[in-house]
Amino acid sequence: MTTLPTTPAPLKVRPGGGDRTWALLAYTAITAALLIFMRSTIADGPMKLLQPVLFGAFLLSMLFAYQWKAANWAKTIVYITGIVFVLPFMGRENASYFDLVIQILIFSALALGLNIVVGLAGLLDLGYIAFFAVGAYLWGIFGSPQLGQITGNAAYAHGLNPAYFWLFIPLAVALAALVGVLIGLPVLKLKGDYLAIVTLGLGEVIRIFANNLPITNGPQGIDGIESAPVPWLDKIAGSLGFAPEQHKLFFLYILVLAVISLIVLVNRRLDRSKIGRAWIAIREDEIAAQAMGVPLLRTKLLAFASGASFAGAMGVIFAAKQAFIDPTSFNYFQSIGVLSMVILGGMGNISGVILGAVVVTMLNFTVLPTLSEVLQAQFPNINQNLDPSKYQRFIFGFVLVFMMLFRPEGLLPSARHQVEMHQDDPPAGSLSADNHLQEGTGEGEVLSPGFATRGENERTGSEK
Amino acid sequence: MSAFRLHNTGDQVDLQTVMTILLQVLVGGLSLGVLYAIVALGYTMVYGVLQLINFAHSEVFITGGIVGYFVFHALQDSSMNGYLKLVLACLAAMIVSGALNVVIERLAYRPLRGAQRLVPLITAIGVSLILQDTLKFVVGLTGMFDLSVTLPKGFTSPLTKFAGIDITSLNLQVKDVILLVVATLMLIGLNLLVNHTRLGRAIRAVAHDRQTAGLMGIDSNRIISLTFLIGGALGGLGGVMYAMKYQALNAYSGMAPGMKAFSAAVLGGIGSIPGAMLGGIVLGWVETLLGVVSLFSALPGLHWLSYIKAEYKDLGGFLALILILFIKPTGLLGKSSTEKV
Repeated sequence: MTTLPTTPAPLKVRPGGGDRTWALLAYTAITAALLIFMRSTIADGPMKLLQPVLFGAFLLSMLFAYQWKAANWAKTIVYITGIVFVLPFMGRENASYFDLVIQILIFSALALGLNIVVGLAGLLDLGYIAFFAVGAYLWGIFGSPQLGQITGNAAYAHGLNPAYFWLFIPLAVALAALVGVLIGLPVLKLKGDYLAIVTLGLGEVIRIFANNLPITNGPQGIDGIESAPVPWLDKIAGSLGFAPEQHKLFFLYILVLAVISLIVLVNRRLDRSKIGRAWIAIREDEIAAQAMGVPLLRTKLLAFASGASFAGAMGVIFAAKQAFIDPTSFNYFQSIGVLSMVILGGMGNISGVILGAVVVTMLNFTVLPTLSEVLQAQFPNINQNLDPSKYQRFIFGFVLVFMMLFRPEGLLPSARHQVEMHQDDPPAGSLSADNHLQEGTGEGEVLSPGFATRGENERTGSEK
Repeated sequence: MSAFRLHNTGDQVDLQTVMTILLQVLVGGLSLGVLYAIVALGYTMVYGVLQLINFAHSEVFITGGIVGYFVFHALQDSSMNGYLKLVLACLAAMIVSGALNVVIERLAYRPLRGAQRLVPLITAIGVSLILQDTLKFVVGLTGMFDLSVTLPKGFTSPLTKFAGIDITSLNLQVKDVILLVVATLMLIGLNLLVNHTRLGRAIRAVAHDRQTAGLMGIDSNRIISLTFLIGGALGGLGGVMYAMKYQALNAYSGMAPGMKAFSAAVLGGIGSIPGAMLGGIVLGWVETLLGVVSLFSALPGLHWLSYIKAEYKDLGGFLALILILFIKPTGLLGKSSTEKV
């Protein structure tokens, strides 16, 4: 069924062959300048529509820095300009940018976590947001007046000392991983489809508990959640000209950046480690992987638990950022949102997943609301039924279906998928010189059955 | 759903009250269960031929409910017989939902035939989301989001006597009986269709082994389309029954019963038609029982039952599902299959 090519396929397929150092620098400079100098023009009115466009265009420079072939010093300059100067500057001028960037990073982390489960191990988890809820509620309950309400102890009237925040991040990681294992144990013996439906159910179970248990304060949610105090950072922020109410966002920005760097690092190491290859093997063919000595249940549990732990850590940060959580932040639709980030960007590829998170989060938090706002300002009599921000499901659904039908490998596919899915396409420019792909892999024959065509009746016995 | 009442005086719950509640659960759960069963059949038949969870089925189902609403609404003031109105609503819903399901299969699933399994599954989720907002838009054209269904006169009147026995305490309405009768007729009809006609044999053959069925001269694409048509029509009928039972629905309300119906299909053994019926009824009972179980906390020694709030009844289906998958992964009536390479 699987034919391996005699020569290994080139795994790095990057767009463009030539060196683009100057193009990269020019692009970054132009978009950054546009964003900074037009910041007051695009703050309100119909021009506000340009806000997500310019901001997105600027964020793209970092993606280009990652993808393009350019000198390392230029890449470093682009990253530093973006992360150290432009983003904090825009955040200082208009806190909504800070909010957006933090939101994007939180969802990127969630998407990277789900990427391990879906993209690497091939386990479709439709209740992933439940782990996020575990982290958020853990800190939400202990770091807010809710603790005083539950225990009736006046000492906890404002929750635990906010400094415990640092303890609760590892605690949330551990608890989410534990919940992941507990949920995974009965569930992971099931095959793909059952797994999807059961995880969906378990996601609902956690939401229903959050809606009904007294300790979560039900549908009213928990308010007044604290974030960790960091006086020295506040001092720095103050001297940089940040307003006092922006200090928390400044701290969270740095914290989220640190956590996401860690997560990306872990993801990269995992991808190339023995365990990462075991996950991919399971995704490609469970039975073959088992025959090669991969312990199925343990490996799957590990994928589930590591994905869950990212979500748990981010849950704590999310709770601290929002200062208010309620069950609506953790419903099925949110799980689908994270899933569409992974699918859109490209399963199994870190930069693709982050790109997906950026696109989907911006769509959700700026593009659609801005569009509705401008529409309503321009046409006050417009039918409420035409409000674009009310059609998020349609847009997500469209993204999922479109991607699956026309580009199942995602916008930025992992190199492996790219090769698998377009093996019968005519060779692209840079590849034409040494193209090994066409020989030995005719139509219907695949490098691995992962996402590629499998003969219609070549299902394994159990699937019949 | 009909409200459950406790006919007790003070804190003392007597045996007769307990029996009444249990009877109410039995009958109420049955009418909920056959509803799940009808919807579950759509899932299980599609799964049978394509090994795909048709996530969009929950929207196909609620489309039927919305069509039913429009028919009832349009005929609101006509002097037509109430049962004729119901028949019209059911027919319209079955045609629309069946056609919708065929279109979905043709446009979204057929191009992906033979792709890796996650691909059509994710597509199905996407189609379901697209349909939810499309339905919202269509319903929104009337200026509403939540629809409240006006049933023909007499459908909601309580039933007091059956075969000379007083059944007031069961809290039944005429519509519950209609639901039970229609659903039972449908289930019998489907069984006849699948087990005693050429088409049924072709469906079973395709479900069993598509390639061999093709060699025997069966056009598997046509059979798959027909399966979607039948499943969708059943879903549409289920939608009308849902609209009749709850008298309130919106574009998003297909999701929860849809997922429960799928759980029912898995519970009974996915791909098995009698399994889907059994699973639906079991699920209906479990859910209804969970909804009232806290009432028994007044009984001696069962105080802890008061912690099981009625809101947790939605968990019943999933807990039953997890339990059954843990004990017997193939479901109640599913055949075990060995994994071959």
